[in-house]
Amino acid sequence: MAEPSSRRLGVAIGATLMRDLKRVRRRRGEVLNPLVFYALAVSLFPIGISPEAELLAVMAPGLLWVTALLATLLSLDGLFRSDFDDGSLEQMMLSPQPLAALSIAKVAAHWLFTGLPLALMAPLLGIMLALPIHSIGVLMASLALGSASLSLIGGIGAALTVGLPRGGVLLSLLVLPLYIPVLIFGTGAVQAAILGDAVLPHLAMLGALLAAALILAPWAIAASLRISING
Amino acid sequence: MALSVEFKPVFDCVGWRVLLSLQGRQLGCERDGRWLFEGLDIDVNSGDIWHVTGPNGSGKTTLLKVLAGQFNEFDGVLHWQGKPLGKGREHFASNMLYLGHLPGVSAGLTPLENMAWYQALYDERSDETQREDALAVMGLEGFEDVPVGHLSAGQQRRVALARLCLTPRALWILDEPFTAIDQAGVEALEAQLIVHVRAGGAVVMTTHHVLDIDHPLHHVSLG
Amino acid sequence: MWGLIHKLGSPKWFYYRSAALQPWCWGAAVVLLLVGSVWGLVFAPADYQQGNSFRIIYVHVPAAFLAQSVFVAMAISGFVFMVWKIKIADMAAAAMAPLGASMTFVALFSGAVWGVPTWGTWWIWDARLTSMLILLFLYIGVMSLRGAFSRRDSGARAASVLAMVGVINIPIIKYSVDWWYTLHQPASFTLTSRPAMPLEMWLPLLMMVVGFYGFFIALTLTRTRSEILRREANTRWVKALIEEIN
Repeated sequence: MAEPSSRRLGVAIGATLMRDLKRVRRRRGEVLNPLVFYALAVSLFPIGISPEAELLAVMAPGLLWVTALLATLLSLDGLFRSDFDDGSLEQMMLSPQPLAALSIAKVAAHWLFTGLPLALMAPLLGIMLALPIHSIGVLMASLALGSASLSLIGGIGAALTVGLPRGGVLLSLLVLPLYIPVLIFGTGAVQAAILGDAVLPHLAMLGALLAAALILAPWAIAASLRISING
Repeated sequence: MALSVEFKPVFDCVGWRVLLSLQGRQLGCERDGRWLFEGLDIDVNSGDIWHVTGPNGSGKTTLLKVLAGQFNEFDGVLHWQGKPLGKGREHFASNMLYLGHLPGVSAGLTPLENMAWYQALYDERSDETQREDALAVMGLEGFEDVPVGHLSAGQQRRVALARLCLTPRALWILDEPFTAIDQAGVEALEAQLIVHVRAGGAVVMTTHHVLDIDHPLHHVSLG
Repeated sequence: MWGLIHKLGSPKWFYYRSAALQPWCWGAAVVLLLVGSVWGLVFAPADYQQGNSFRIIYVHVPAAFLAQSVFVAMAISGFVFMVWKIKIADMAAAAMAPLGASMTFVALFSGAVWGVPTWGTWWIWDARLTSMLILLFLYIGVMSLRGAFSRRDSGARAASVLAMVGVINIPIIKYSVDWWYTLHQPASFTLTSRPAMPLEMWLPLLMMVVGFYGFFIALTLTRTRSEILRREANTRWVKALIEEIN
C-alpha cells in the first residue's frame, strides 16, 4: 500500500500484458490465422483482376491496406471473448486498478500479435504485387503505426459486442466506418512514397490519429466493457 | 486421477483483524421496467455471514453485484467504512473478494499463473510459496502447472476458490460458491467461512445448498 | 437546479408538458416546409448554369444538414443519458436515430439524382457524398447495436457510447475524406460551393432548412412521447391515461 500508485498500476498492466502474450504463445494458430488470411486474401486480387504488374502496382497500396484492415478485423472478435466467457473480465473490473488501463494492456497485446506481424509480413506481399521497392519501408511504417490505431478503435467495437451471442458481423459494421481515416492516411503514405511525394504529412496524420485513439479509446473500451459485463 | 480433497484450516492466511462495515440503505434495482428489489437495507459488519435467499430470477446475483460495486445502476446508497462507496472505491476493491458464477480463471494459463496475475492485479507481492499454499489448501497439489482448461469443472472451481486464501481480504461476496465441488470440498469451504468470520471478516453469499455452519446467519430474502 | 433537471427527466412530467408544445412545432414545420417548397420549386429563378435541376438543392441541402445535426443531437442525448441517467434522453436518442438515417439516405439519394444532369452519372465518389455514405453506415451501426441487446437498458447504453465515439469521429472522417478527395481529384465542380447565390434562391433555401429542423423537432417530440407510453405502459399514470381515453 505504501508504494506509489503509478508503480502499482504499472505492475498490473505489465502482468496483464504478459498474461495475454503467454496465452497467445500457447495457441500459435491464433497468431498465424490472420497472417495466413492476409497472404491468401492478397493473392486473390491478381487472380480476380489481372496478373499485369503495372495494374497491380497501381492498386497495391490500397489492396495491402484494405486486406490488412480486414485481417485485423477478423482477429478482433477474440480480443475480449475468452476473458469475458471465463469471468476474468469481471474480476478486472472489480480489481482496484482502473479498467481503462488494464484494457490498454490487452489492446497492446493484440497489436503485438496481429498489427505488428502484419506490418512485418507486408513487404513480402508488396513485392508480389509489384510495389516499387523504395516504398516498402513506408508501407511497413504506415502499417505498424496505423494498425495500432486499428487495434484501439477495434477494441471499442469488440468491447461493445463481446456480450452478444453473434457479435462478429455487427462488430465489422460498427468498426469499419471508424477505420476509414486510418485507411486514407495509410494508403496515402504508400502512394506518396511511390510518387516520390512527401510521406511525412501522411505519417504525421497517422501518428495524430494514434495519439487521439490512445487518449480516448481506453475510456470508451472500459465503458463498453462495463455495459457488456452487466448486460 | 486421485485428488486430495482435504482442506487444511487456513489460520495461517488470516493474519489480519479489521472492523469492517458495508452499509446499504434503500437499495433498489430496476431492470427494463421491472423492480428486482426495492427499499432494501443491509448492514454487513465484521463477523457476519449474510445469506441471500430467494427463488431463481429474484435478483440475488444482482444484489451481490450491487454490493460488490460492480453494478452501478441502482437506487439507494452504499457506504464502505462509513464513507460513500464511490469515494473509496480503491480501498473497497482491495479489501473485497467477489466470486461469481464464472470462475475468473483463464483456461489457457496454469493455476499458478492465474494466481500470479491476481497478485499483480491486487498489488500484492509476487510470492510463489503463497500461491502454492493457496492451491494446496484447495487440494490442487500436483496440478499447479496443468493448464486450467485441462482440469475438471470442480477443479476449476477450486482454482477460483483458492483466491480466498491467496491473500486475506476482509469482505467475501460469494455467488453460489458450492457449485460443482464435492462433499468434502463443501465441508472444508464451510469450515473456511467460519474461520474467516471468526477472524473478523464478513461474508455475503447466495447458495441453494443448506448451510451446516455453527455460526449465526443473517438472512435477506428476495422475491 | 438538480431538482429541475430530474423533473425534466421524469417521463410523466415531460409527457404532459410537451403536449402543449407539440402542435406548435408541427404547425411551424408544416408552414415553413409548404412555403419554402412552393417558393423554391416554383418562384425562385432557375440557375443560369444548371437550369431547373438545381432545385434539388431545396431537398438535398436541408437533408444533409439534418443528417449531421441529428447525429450530434443523438450523441448529446446519449451523453446526458450516460452521465445523469436521465431516461428521457435515451428515449429521444432512440426516436432520433431512424429519422437521422432516413435524412442521410435522402441526402444521398437526392445527391445521386442531382448527379445525373450535372455529372451525367448517378454516383461519383465526391467528398461530400462519400462522407454521407459513411455517416449512413454509422447510423445503421448505432441502430443495430441498440437492437442487438436483449436487455433494453444495455442496448441503450451501448448505443450511447457508440454515438459518442461516432460523433468524435465524424469530423475526423470528414477531414480525411476531403484530404483523400483533393489528392485524387483536385478542384473539381462540387454541388453547393457556388459563389454568391442570389437572395431569391437563398431565402427559400433558408426557409427549407429551418422547416426541416422544425420537422425534426416535431417528429422527435411525437416519437419520444409514444416511446414514453410504450416504456411506461405498466405505470399507474399511463394506465389512468388510457382509461381516460377509452
